[in-house]
Amino acid sequence: MNAQPASPKIRVRNLTVGYGAEPVQKAVSFDVKAGSIFAIMGPSGTGKSTVLRAMIGLLRPSAGDICFDDVNYWSLSAAKREESGRRFGMLFQGGALWSSMSAAENVALPLQMFTKLTPASIDALVQVKLSLVGLDAGRDSMPSTLSGGMRQRVGLARALSLDPEILFLDEPSAGLDPISAKRFDDLICELRDGFGVTVVMVSHELSSLFGICDDGVFLDAKTKTAIGHGAPQALRDHCTDPTVHAFMTRTIPGAEAAPTPTPRATDGTR
Amino acid sequence: MDDSPRGSGWAAEIRDGDLVLVLSQDWTEASFNAAELEATQALLAQGTWKSIRFDSTGIGLWGSSLLAFLSSLRSVARLRHINFDESGLPAPARQLIQLIPADVPSLRTPQRHAGLIERAGESMLDAWAELLSTTTLLGQVLLHTTAAFRGRVRMRISDLVRCVTDAGVTALPVVALVNVLVGGILAFVGAIELRRFGADVYIANLVGVAEVREMAPIMTAIVMSGRTGSAYAAEIATMRGTEELDALRAIGIGVEDYLVLPRVIALSFMMPLLNLYAAAIGIFGGFCIAVVMLHISAQTFLEQVGNAVDITELMLGIVKSIVFGAWISIVGCRIGLRAGLSSSAVGHAATTASVAGIVGVIVLDAIFAVCANALNI
Repeated sequence: MNAQPASPKIRVRNLTVGYGAEPVQKAVSFDVKAGSIFAIMGPSGTGKSTVLRAMIGLLRPSAGDICFDDVNYWSLSAAKREESGRRFGMLFQGGALWSSMSAAENVALPLQMFTKLTPASIDALVQVKLSLVGLDAGRDSMPSTLSGGMRQRVGLARALSLDPEILFLDEPSAGLDPISAKRFDDLICELRDGFGVTVVMVSHELSSLFGICDDGVFLDAKTKTAIGHGAPQALRDHCTDPTVHAFMTRTIPGAEAAPTPTPRATDGTR
Repeated sequence: MDDSPRGSGWAAEIRDGDLVLVLSQDWTEASFNAAELEATQALLAQGTWKSIRFDSTGIGLWGSSLLAFLSSLRSVARLRHINFDESGLPAPARQLIQLIPADVPSLRTPQRHAGLIERAGESMLDAWAELLSTTTLLGQVLLHTTAAFRGRVRMRISDLVRCVTDAGVTALPVVALVNVLVGGILAFVGAIELRRFGADVYIANLVGVAEVREMAPIMTAIVMSGRTGSAYAAEIATMRGTEELDALRAIGIGVEDYLVLPRVIALSFMMPLLNLYAAAIGIFGGFCIAVVMLHISAQTFLEQVGNAVDITELMLGIVKSIVFGAWISIVGCRIGLRAGLSSSAVGHAATTASVAGIVGVIVLDAIFAVCANALNI
């Protein structure tokens, strides 16, 4: 990546993550600019979610640094990490709602735990957040009675509950119908524009990637590292790597002749 | 206006007959106070404003608390036919407020509470329905058990083996521990009373008969209800929550055959075996206390036990334990099958299964006692 004028919101350097001795991804580096929608791309099972887990503090990387606003996250004490984790909002795959609480209670819990607001204030804020994601009518529904798309929305409202600076989304549009997925994408854009949050999303939905992401990194399963950097559209049009190209154009690798390298400089690196 | 109404982050002014809210400071979530909403709503109610405008030139950081403030104002303005002029707001806030429906209900409709008679009636109907479905399950299991022995049921032997292992071998240590202690306690309690009559030696009879007839079946059933009945309920309830039961039904595998039957068969067959083991261990516990602490000779003890315990007593204990095993497993499975879908429902199912198992076992034991008395066993 070229040097940025301002320091990036998130800086990941030589990150190696894995379970046990075998790394899932190694030597991954990328920068996330403040206010951008950043995609972590790659085929299923490449370790995209694992990288995300390292970024939100659920999995200690075996090597490398993750810096938020130039503060090295994993070198902080556990208490400091937890505290700075409150600046993050996380939407898990499928919502991961707490099943014994209603939608409103799911959104209210972080507010109840981390603020000293009155119940009436929490109620008003919960109402706003559920309205933002278009779910103000379903506030008292239990997660088991909600559809997949609605669960995703409640999950997003919960991720937004503490007005996060950085929003992490794990497969936000997986399992949604095209219209809902498009609405969800628009919503993410609106929230980014409105609140100015930085969004990091794991996805392999091409339409979402091309539609809303302005930067990204492509992770490879074979080499177990990042093989492409840049916006999804730029990767599709200019990346010479056959895996990236096949992924971005929805073709089977090798089934098509490798694209002729374009003379323009690309962000794709090997 | 000198004493213009103000709150944290806003102050009201009147410009050209319009109400203008001048927004300032940071609007962070932590400083949000819903009481402020009422103040502004009262303000709107005071005058006959044509429109409400905003001046946000001095605003700092803002987040959802500003949106909550604005959406509440907008609802009231709409109610009072006051024009809500959002042009003075920061552009991103204008964009976000569009996402919030204008008619957000400020108050939730209170839920109607059912009367006492209504609730009593409902719970009676529920209890009746529950009795019916448990009886149905019992009938199904009985019918399918006979079919299972002729190999006509969709049940895998490997599942049965796993259930048998769970309900049998792995239960041995805890059953042994409980029963050796109960046998020892019986010997102690008996010794204190019997010694007063110089009838120490009858401790053997006491321990032998009590263990074989009552204590071994009951204690084993209580242990198994706590460890296996609740496990059945929790496992099946979890499968229900994750739609695994629906997945089984969808491909035509009956839940009763596939899940309930192996569990009921396993526990009903393992309980009598565990019961025999428990009785032997219990008598051993009493034997240790009698020999070591009460100085009764080992030979006398064993002879006395042999005299006291006959085959009828042993059979009574075995029949009881089969019934207890069937009860615990059927109740556990039934409670799992009708559990709710949330994670707390799984815990609730496990607790209910354990309690219902234990209470049912004691009630059944009382019925057995009455019957045995009537039959002079």
